[in-house]
Amino acid sequence: MSRPELQAPPELYYGDTEAKKYTNNTRVQTIQADMTYRALELLNLPEDQPAFLLDIGCGSGLSGEILDEEGYHWVGVDVAPSMLEVALEREVEGDLFLQDIGQGFGFRPGSFDGAISISVIQWLLNAETSHPTSSPPHRLTRFFTTLHSALRNPSRAVLQFYPTSDDQIQLITSIAQKAGFGGGVVIDYPNSKKARKVFLCLFVGSGGAQQVPKGLEGEEEIESGRAKFEARRERSGKKRDKKRKSIKDKDWILKKKELYRKRGKESVPNDSKYTGRKRRTVF
Amino acid sequence: MVRLITHNLLACHAKGCTTNNFPLQFKDVSIELREAEFNPEFLKGFMPRIEWKALVDAARQLGDTTLPSEMPEMVDDEFLKNLHHALLEVHVEEGAMVCPNCNHVYPVSNGIPNMLLAEHEIA
Repeated sequence: MSRPELQAPPELYYGDTEAKKYTNNTRVQTIQADMTYRALELLNLPEDQPAFLLDIGCGSGLSGEILDEEGYHWVGVDVAPSMLEVALEREVEGDLFLQDIGQGFGFRPGSFDGAISISVIQWLLNAETSHPTSSPPHRLTRFFTTLHSALRNPSRAVLQFYPTSDDQIQLITSIAQKAGFGGGVVIDYPNSKKARKVFLCLFVGSGGAQQVPKGLEGEEEIESGRAKFEARRERSGKKRDKKRKSIKDKDWILKKKELYRKRGKESVPNDSKYTGRKRRTVF
Repeated sequence: MVRLITHNLLACHAKGCTTNNFPLQFKDVSIELREAEFNPEFLKGFMPRIEWKALVDAARQLGDTTLPSEMPEMVDDEFLKNLHHALLEVHVEEGAMVCPNCNHVYPVSNGIPNMLLAEHEIA
């Protein structure tokens, strides 16, 4: 089946039935939850302060629920009314907006401590009408410029999305950079077909001092464990170090013998071509 | 679920509407009060971002007159409680928000404001 964003615009694709199906699907739920946790990890918010976040394309509130659990205050926007209705039924805590992100946000500058978006911005890549404001670059530009101004300085935005090609990643990152964002793309599990996830990790301010975090590697994450951040990978990296060299090599033996001779110790064996050589296996 | 915390951040984003587009005016609203968890740390962190006059005006329009006209310099517990109530517990359920500059109407239904623009209004 072709990808949903190629079939219909989001507000039509996620009608009443599709919205219910999507929200009740446990597989979708776990994937969304994992990606939300990972996005929060990449967002790297200071731990002791409760933050005010923007959830772009909040849908039925699958990601919002996790933001609630983690104690964040948030605002969600989505273009599909049916999805928002489901979110209302599920009684999420955040404020919800019916809004087309391609038309830009109306938030005052510096409103949010961060923004996350799970599986959304690929929807911006399709033109729905021939009107100039409907072209993907125009919509992306509008989205990124208004998002940039709505975020505090310094802060981060982490946007997970499903690109179909590298050209799309290129287009999105170049427009984000023009809008003033720093940062780049983080790819988790780049070699896995199923688990591969693309996160656009954008920074506002602080003069590019922030480093783009590394993506997770390996084939796929272990069933139960969540994607852990960096520390685990570094440890496994050290194990693969080259073989340790033995300390007691020929030089060491010669040095010791020299030392003993200097101290006047008797019966120090003479040096020969056999000194410090490995014994044959059979003798 | 438009709470005043988000209302206080919201400006009109229609094409060409760049000045005097904040705050949006409430019209024919019905409100609902819902308790929320009191978090003084969050409120203190959020205070510098509040446009105080807009918040007080909006709160008074919705019938909450507990907030002082000037943001106080000393923050005490009672003030924080009032602020918490105004920001996070007053929900606008039905009605509309109108831009003071271009008169664009953003209808609110079921607690969800409709921020969609027509094609000719997109910047």
